[in-house]
Amino acid sequence: MKKIRILLAKPGLDGHLRGINVLAKGLREAGMEVIYLGVDLTPKEISQAAIEEDVDIIGLSIHAGGTVTLVKKVQSTLRESGVDDIPILVGGIISKKERQILGEMGVKGVFGPGSSFERIIECIDKACVKKPS
Amino acid sequence: MVWDKSEIKKLHEARAHWEETCFTPAVEKSGERKSQFATTSVEHIKNVYTPTDIKDLNYLEDLNLPGRYPFTRGIRSTGYRGRLWTHRLVSGAMGGKESNKIFKNLIAHGETGLNPVFDPPTLNIRDSDDENSEGQVGVNGTAIDTLVDMESLFEGIDIEKISISLITPHPFLFPMFIAMAENRGVPFDKLRGTIQNDCINNSHSCNWFKMAPLPIRMKVHGDAVEFATKHMPLWNPLSIVGYHMREGGSTAAQEIGFTLADGIAYVEDFIRRGMDVDSFAPRLSFFFGCETDLFEEVAKFRAARRAWAKIMRHRFNAKDERSWLLRYHVQTAGNSLLAQQPLNNIIRTTIQALAAVLGGCNSLHTNAYDEAFTAPTQEAAMIALRTQQIIAHESGVTNTIDPMGGSYYIEALTDALEKECFKIIEQVDERGGAVKAWQWIQETYLSTAHERQRRIERKEEIIVGLNEFTIREEEEQELDLFEIDSDFEKRQIASLHEIKRKRDQRSVEKALKEVSRVSEKGHNTIRAISEAYKELATLGEVRSAWEKGVGVEA
Repeated sequence: MKKIRILLAKPGLDGHLRGINVLAKGLREAGMEVIYLGVDLTPKEISQAAIEEDVDIIGLSIHAGGTVTLVKKVQSTLRESGVDDIPILVGGIISKKERQILGEMGVKGVFGPGSSFERIIECIDKACVKKPS
Repeated sequence: MVWDKSEIKKLHEARAHWEETCFTPAVEKSGERKSQFATTSVEHIKNVYTPTDIKDLNYLEDLNLPGRYPFTRGIRSTGYRGRLWTHRLVSGAMGGKESNKIFKNLIAHGETGLNPVFDPPTLNIRDSDDENSEGQVGVNGTAIDTLVDMESLFEGIDIEKISISLITPHPFLFPMFIAMAENRGVPFDKLRGTIQNDCINNSHSCNWFKMAPLPIRMKVHGDAVEFATKHMPLWNPLSIVGYHMREGGSTAAQEIGFTLADGIAYVEDFIRRGMDVDSFAPRLSFFFGCETDLFEEVAKFRAARRAWAKIMRHRFNAKDERSWLLRYHVQTAGNSLLAQQPLNNIIRTTIQALAAVLGGCNSLHTNAYDEAFTAPTQEAAMIALRTQQIIAHESGVTNTIDPMGGSYYIEALTDALEKECFKIIEQVDERGGAVKAWQWIQETYLSTAHERQRRIERKEEIIVGLNEFTIREEEEQELDLFEIDSDFEKRQIASLHEIKRKRDQRSVEKALKEVSRVSEKGHNTIRAISEAYKELATLGEVRSAWEKGVGVEA
């Protein structure tokens, strides 16, 4: 089976990097190919990298607010490049209200503090299955 | 020696006898709950501690009295009997005006120091209308673009009376603060407070790749230290941060080891700059986290105080006793706050705050229970403040100085943590010091974070409400959360554009050119920057002018 390629990145200006780093390691151990882009990135940088790296899924980590705006921008910059089939997951400090909006925007999974690798991996597997390769 | 040798020998024998006849048979019969008891830094915690575990402790050399070297029992001779720690809450949201209201409310309820926090763009030295700021203006902190914002932030607050700790990883808000003070006619030597200003920590805990390289940044950070050393005797121009590393996943020992290693790097840098160690060291301050393992945290603070005193006295030959003092602020552990059954976070914060106080902190922030979701509501922040006040006035732990001192366990842990701390400093030294080794430091504690996540998933570590004692999501209580006005970003940008339109553009450009010029020459930049702010130059413009001067691409 082809390995799942996931892009992990932090859009926006916050520097909380524990979650995304721990997750990167956890996903690699679970056999995925992780492209870790780092912090302090614009939505455009993220969507371009996702397209260039031909990833199956994008994981965004956001801890300092602006979540909905930033995710929307990643989606719109992807669409501008003609790509609308890369699923997105979001993790970080996210309120219930934001969670609901993200769901309506088509985000495949939202993970707050304390989320386990198991649940995240399950969600990635599910989101990637639907993508015809 | 505290203990008589023959007494220790007798105790050894008694202990061995107890193990054999009493403890081991009981374990064989019904076992222990875990195969191993540990803290984050000590792998094997013994079943019981006795004088045999601290037999080598020399009271006067290792502990001494409060206010006496090596300050294990505290830096002040009067402890909390003289003055309580500063009750300081991280606060600020939306603009200067809105945050000012939050400050005044907290002061009215007994807060004794301010801890203004800024929004992500301000922390990144960007303006509200920068394209990278979108969606984040005024979120989780105050948006500051110009001196106008800084002035409204402190409007009606007596900046000579209350100590103000600005949570700013970069030095660029500091000249704006002093410009505000000058406009108000407050002399610099009356200003009491702190700026975080720690760029080494910033590299390994936040990874701001887009900023100038660390050695270039060290210079402008040092400018603030140099300026304050000359003009602001009550100001702490650098707060060396361990908190972010702890939140990043480090152990207690790694936290103090890496932080003191960062401290060493700064002291070396300032000495290289030509400053006398005793001119700046008394105003260096620190900032640590505090987790829920109460005894380890108490021991950590005591160990850090002792280690820093030794470092300053022996490694740097500081002569002024004030240079040996580890003065520090503590924030309870944000990463311990759960979104599940969030009211339990009040209990976690209480235990952590108690540990910070028993450890002898000089200043304390307590997290609010709703911060696993967003910035706190007024009600949640009030409970956090009241937590400190209950510990201060009701718990009785402030009646005597260092009440945990002399506990066999605490003293043994303090020793273990100090040893580990020095071992870590040695490892950083071997890698050329903290400026060179920041990536190694980051990798080390992030890998500790990963191990901990695994332990939690294997249930080797129980987190109440997370991996044990859980409830269904539908049973969770709905909290009323803090929300910022949806049109705030627009308002702030409009007001910024209005200011830009009305200011004297030629004076602004002239002042910014001066910032570039002094930066290029390698002179102290603080004055030139504060003058530019007085002309209403923006934070982002000053950053660009500085980057131009030091030759870094924006």
